[in-house]
This record gives sequence, structure tokens and C-alpha cells, in this order.
Amino acid sequence: MIEAEGLTKFYGPRGAIKNVSFEIEKGEVVGFLGPNGAGKSTTIRILTCYMPPSSGTARVEGLDIYEDSLKIRQKVGYLPESVPLYKDLSVNRFLRFAAGAKGVEAKKINSEIGRVMSACGLEKTANRTIANLSKGFRQRVGLAQALVNNPSVLILDEPTIGLDPSQIIEIRHIIQELREDRTILLSSHILPEVAQLCSRVLIINKGEIIATGTPSKLTSQLQKSTTIVVELSGPSAEFAREVETMPGIRTVSPVSLSGTSKFEIETDPSVDMRSQIAALAVAKGCGLLELRATQLSLEDIFMQLVTEEPPLEGAQS
Amino acid sequence: MKGFWPVYKKELYGMFLSPIFYVVAFFFLLICGVFFNFILRQVIMVSYQVAQNPEIARNVSLPSLFMRSFLWNISVIMLFVAPLLTMRLYAEERKTGTIELLYTYPVTDLATVAAKFAACMTTFAILLAATLPGVIMLTNMAGSSWKPIFCGYGGLFLLGCSFISLGTFASTLTRNQIVAAVITFGVLLLLWFVGQAKTQASPLVGTILGYISVSDHFEGLAKGLLDSRDILFFVAFSVFFLFLTLRQMSSYRWRG
Repeated sequence: MIEAEGLTKFYGPRGAIKNVSFEIEKGEVVGFLGPNGAGKSTTIRILTCYMPPSSGTARVEGLDIYEDSLKIRQKVGYLPESVPLYKDLSVNRFLRFAAGAKGVEAKKINSEIGRVMSACGLEKTANRTIANLSKGFRQRVGLAQALVNNPSVLILDEPTIGLDPSQIIEIRHIIQELREDRTILLSSHILPEVAQLCSRVLIINKGEIIATGTPSKLTSQLQKSTTIVVELSGPSAEFAREVETMPGIRTVSPVSLSGTSKFEIETDPSVDMRSQIAALAVAKGCGLLELRATQLSLEDIFMQLVTEEPPLEGAQS
Repeated sequence: MKGFWPVYKKELYGMFLSPIFYVVAFFFLLICGVFFNFILRQVIMVSYQVAQNPEIARNVSLPSLFMRSFLWNISVIMLFVAPLLTMRLYAEERKTGTIELLYTYPVTDLATVAAKFAACMTTFAILLAATLPGVIMLTNMAGSSWKPIFCGYGGLFLLGCSFISLGTFASTLTRNQIVAAVITFGVLLLLWFVGQAKTQASPLVGTILGYISVSDHFEGLAKGLLDSRDILFFVAFSVFFLFLTLRQMSSYRWRG
């Protein structure tokens, strides 16, 4: 469980975060979203006791960041953004250091290292020097050190940044397997990643939390209308005219397609108009090829909240 | 001191995996060997002269003359070696970002400082021990007393403690290892030669310069004179700079 209360941090005169407060329940996987420089890493560094806040406080697993810094560090597995590793050491030696530093008993170190290596697929690289590993494997080593001593809280700062698509998929797969029984805070600005891995999101911008909730809750809060996409094979002019007159319909916009007709119909979000529109299309003798309602994606929500630009078109259903 | 041993072992591994250590060790031992040979030849020449003049022979102890010169030369080489051994301690951690990892492990700041210092001292002690075989052989052959050797090498160890503590502190001031080494070398050189300025200064300033001169405090130990004031100076010097290191890294944590 993580609780932040009014966290504020100044770097000299520059404020990095302002009055950041949130709660993460035990076992939750929460995405921490925000553009670069929004204050994600600063918040995370405070939660991991790397540095204290200028004001405010936070508790991790009920422990205070000021009073119980060492105990918190014992319970938290942390993967920093740039994945800093001791590159002169071999994977095995580095993980041995991490285990010792995290207080794993000497007789259990070998089994603990074996466990985290197996979880992160590092068995074959155990004796290789970290400097000689690919970026993807270094990321795995970073995850492995975070998992040493089986922490109940996992804080991952941009765990897939700079990786190629196949490596990203591998790391996401590992993170998905780590979800059981752990509280995970995952910072990212890669929205599909957050949508895929997290049950709830915190959105931070310019040092302030601007939204929090599940993606569906945020969608319902922000969605001012529902868009229904209809594609027809037959003549559709009369269909379009009649749809426009139906109660609950706001606009009907034709989308030009060769051979078929496609419309984007904006409706009142409180009423599901799909069955009525389908019935009308059938009554008018139009061949109904497609009918679907689209919702705001996490990307659209993020764009709406952190920028003044309109959300991207073509939102996914 | 929670977390001392893992950090100590990691630092030792880092030190022995680093090419800098081997380059430093090679030149340190090479130069020590050259000085050993040169001083020995000089002492042998003096011994011929002394043999012809029994009056002088009563006042000159040749093994002591050799040890004093040899230890003094090692101490000067240490002015160059200490910055090279200490420059990476914190500067590298800050540059590569591993300090973030280290500071989020359940290891106290005191343990980190102590472990880094101890690892560096271990490395230095190994270098120092590598100069001993020649000295032991010579002492055995001359049949002279072991006490000046214990005293002199103890003095070198204490001198190393103070040099390395200052270097550890300098390494916290910057992310650049070269800058850290230059700061250490500059300050050490100043503290080494400051004693020579005491004759030019007023009595009060001269006394103060004498107190803070590292070379003045080492001189007695190199001669085999065990003085608690000299030992206390080196211990206090080391503790002071290790304390500054601890404060500096705490400040670094607060500043983020």
C-alpha cells in the first residue's frame, strides 16, 4: 500500500511537484502517466526514499518515509529510469551484491539469485559482464535486482524505454507475471503499455496530479458523446437524413469510401442508439456491413488532460 | 552499519576489475623498486665512507638512513597514487547513476562511506605490502631492529588513511573523476608543502602551518619515532574528511 500526502519538491527555486496526493491499495497495479518532466521520477524517488520531499509525507506499507526509510527500502523493489547498473560486474556478482545489500541471509542468497534469474530469463547470462549485455538484457538485470528479496511493492520507472518492440513485449510479459500479490507502480508515457498492464492510472502534469481512476472511469468522466461508426453497402442518403432526425443523435458525418458509405454518428452517451440505427438501416434496405461504438482510448484521455490539443481521431472501441 | 559488507565487497570487486588499479599498481611498484635500488646504492656508498671514518660511524645508523629515505619517497609517490585510487569512489556512482540504486537499497549512508573507504584502504594496504619483501630481506641481512619498520609502515598506513579520506571527500564533490583526482592532488600537495612555509611566516601562523602540515607529522614516524600527537593528527584528519563525506552525501540526497 502506498499513500502520498501533499508531496512537494523543489530543486532550488524550481518546483518539480506540487501537493501530490494519492493512494494505491495493496495488490493494485497502477500506471503513473505524464509527459516528460511532469514529475513522475521525482515522486517515485521520494517514495523509494532516494530523496526526501520539501514538504508533505508518504507511507509505504504503513511505514513513514522519514521515520522508517531503511524499512521501506527493504520492502520496495525499484527499477530507476535509466537502469543504472554496475557494468564491470557479472550478472551473478551484481545480483549477489543486491541480495547482500537488501539483507538476504547468506545461506539463502544462491536460491534467491536463482529465483530472480529464472523469473527474468537470465540463467544463460549469469556469468557475463553486464557491460557486454544488450539493452534488453540489462533491463532484465534491472528488473531482477528489483525483485531480489521478494519485495511486496514494486516501483518501475519507465521499464521499457529505449527497447526495441520485441524486447518491450518480453519485459511487459515479465511484468505481467510479477503482478500476483504485489503492489506495482509503473511509470510510463507509453500509453498502450499502461492500458495493458494497469488496473488504474494516475495522471500527472506540471507537477500536479490531474486525474486518477480506472481507464473506463476516466473515459466516462471525459467522454461528452459516443461515436457510432456505420458502414453500409447500398444507397444511404435517405438513411442519413432519417438518422439525423432521431432523438439522441447529435451529428451525422459521412466518411467518404469508394463503393460503400460510412458514417460517424455522434450520439448522447447516456443512450445506446446502436439497435435503433441497425433497425433503421435494415428497414431502409441498406446492407449493414459494420456498426460499432467507439470510446476514448487512454491516449485520447491523456491528450485531453495534459494538452490543449483535441484528442486523436479514430479512437478504438 | 547495515549493509557494510556487501558494499565493501562490491567496491573491492570494482577496484580489482578496473584497469586503473593495475596501471597504478604497476607504476607504483616500479617507481618504488627504482627508489629502493637507488637509495640502497647511495647507502652502500655512504657505508664505504663511514667505514673509513669510525667517528662518523658511531653517529650513523645505515639501516635507519635507508628506511627513512625509502619511506619518505614512498610517501611522495602516495601523493600521486591516492587521487587515482579514490577518484572513482563517488564520482563514478554519480555519473553512471548507480548512486540512485545504492541509495534506494537498505544500506545506511555511514555504511556506504565506511565501506568505500575501507575497500580503498584495503587496496592501498595491498600495494604497500607489496613493497615489504625487499625491506624485510634487507632488515634480515643487516640484522637491524624491526621497530622502525613497524613504525614507518604504520606511519605510511596512517598517511594513506588521511590521503584516501580526503580523496573520498573530493570524489563526492563532482561527477568527473579527473576533476576529483585533481582536487585531491592539489589539496594534498598544499598540505604536504605547507610545513615548509612556516619558517617564512609569523610565529603564530608558523605554528598553525606546522600543525596542519602532513609531511611534518609523517617525518617523525618515518624516523621510527612513535609520537601520539602524530598518530592523533592522522586519525583526526581521516575522521574529519570522512565526516565531511558523510555530510556531503546527505546533502546530495536532500538536494536530490
